Amino acid sequence: MSATPALALDDITCRFAGRDGGAPYTAVENATLRVGEGEFVSVVGPTGCGKSTLLNVAAGLLAPSAGVVSIFGERLQAAQGVNRRAGYMFQADALMPWRTGIENVVAGLDFRGVPRAEARQQGDAWLRRVGLAGFGDRYPHQMSGGMRKRLALAQTLIMRPDILLMDEPFSALDVQTRQLMENELLALWADDRKSVLFITHDLEEAIALSDRVVVLSAGPGTRPIGDFKIDLPRPRDVSEIRMTPAFLALHREIWGAMKDEVLKAYERQKAA
Amino acid sequence: MRLRALQVLILALLIAVWYLLTKPGLVPNFYFEQDNRAAFFFGEPQKVFQVIVEWFSSGEIFAHLWITLLETALGFVIGSVFGLAIGLWLALSRTASAVMDPYIKGFNSMPRVVLAPIFAVWFGLGIWSKVALGVTLVFFVVFFNVYQGVREVSPTLIANARMLGASPRQLLRSIYLPSAMSWVFASLHNAVGLAFVGAVVGEYLGSARGVGYLILQAEGTFDVNTVFAGILVLTVFALVLDAAVGMIEARLMTWQPRASETEKV
Repeated sequence: MSATPALALDDITCRFAGRDGGAPYTAVENATLRVGEGEFVSVVGPTGCGKSTLLNVAAGLLAPSAGVVSIFGERLQAAQGVNRRAGYMFQADALMPWRTGIENVVAGLDFRGVPRAEARQQGDAWLRRVGLAGFGDRYPHQMSGGMRKRLALAQTLIMRPDILLMDEPFSALDVQTRQLMENELLALWADDRKSVLFITHDLEEAIALSDRVVVLSAGPGTRPIGDFKIDLPRPRDVSEIRMTPAFLALHREIWGAMKDEVLKAYERQKAA
Repeated sequence: MRLRALQVLILALLIAVWYLLTKPGLVPNFYFEQDNRAAFFFGEPQKVFQVIVEWFSSGEIFAHLWITLLETALGFVIGSVFGLAIGLWLALSRTASAVMDPYIKGFNSMPRVVLAPIFAVWFGLGIWSKVALGVTLVFFVVFFNVYQGVREVSPTLIANARMLGASPRQLLRSIYLPSAMSWVFASLHNAVGLAFVGAVVGEYLGSARGVGYLILQAEGTFDVNTVFAGILVLTVFALVLDAAVGMIEARLMTWQPRASETEKV
């Protein structure tokens, strides 16, 4: 890991105005998080704890109420637009339904003004890499959930972002498709080792994929409460690594830190 | 095909009943005192068709149909463009929409057909007064759909495009416009119908050409058969327009899922 982290969130606080003049809601409070260059970091936490808020801050889509976001040492000002060095893969479907597969993949190149033929060529290459060769002329609605996720992955990666932000990208998929996608993500990541900030509520997924797992406290006022190094060997197969004793030991350890927060979040939701 | 046969059968039945009840002397009078009164008020189908055949064989109708079509098309296009532009503007600017809100509501709830005489004064008895009426009718249908459509664009879609590097202008072109267009197409059938209404009502209120004018003329001479002939031609014409819109829609909206589609892989 180099001295300057790829992504640094320092003392981030996000406060949202209350509805109809109610009390403001503090989603994230004094959160500090770093992702080194080429590092795969997962953030886990109970539901509704502000994980996505943190990711939107890192993406420059949301200005924090307080705190500093630095990208490779440069301060990110949300007023100056989004984080140009990051690609973002959303939890919900973000493909343009009126564009075919290939047109969706090359959307970013289009915006950048890359000539059509060249964009097309790169797009085809990326479709092949994510296993969608020959499906480029289909519309998103003609694809399965797994195919749409692969398309979204190609759409993000074609821009060659230095930082990859992922917000529970596979949470809507069935277990089998999900493990396939996780392996594909790891294979693609192994090619050029981007910095990844991966948000999930699934601890197993987090451990299987990451170099480091950060545990968030229950909201409101979420902040990291645990930071665990995952020293499992790579390359990994996500479905096999889950059975190894080292994995289970890590799982037990991190779950121990997470359990109280999950219960706290559950109690709070029940009370609300 | 059985469906088609039934549909034709209903049409034949309607015409048969029409004929039986209006042919003087065929059925004993049960309402009117004189034999030819029913024919006077309701026309006779064979005479109506005679008028239509005459119109088309002499070519007299084409000039009128062309005018009505032109008014409909112009009203539709101009109304849609305005609706799209102002819908986009108000949907993207919260201040503008807040300021304009009562005016939009006011104009929309006004029965706009009453504007027809004013338009006749402003734009004369040519096609433009009819186009203007069509525009006021079409505008609101398209406007509300675009407004709604842009407001309901998924925030994820916008955030995604921004992360992919879209400038505000590119965002408008590749997210807001296509998204609004799908709503415009949803309202297209409605909008074309209203443009047609605008054209015919406008002609009816004062004109020198058009199918509405033919109807007005015939009415002035109590020529009910010609009135019915005009109505029939208009109806068929409206059906043709609707089918044309359906074809354009199917062409441009291939990306939209259809309910019965099971083509997933």
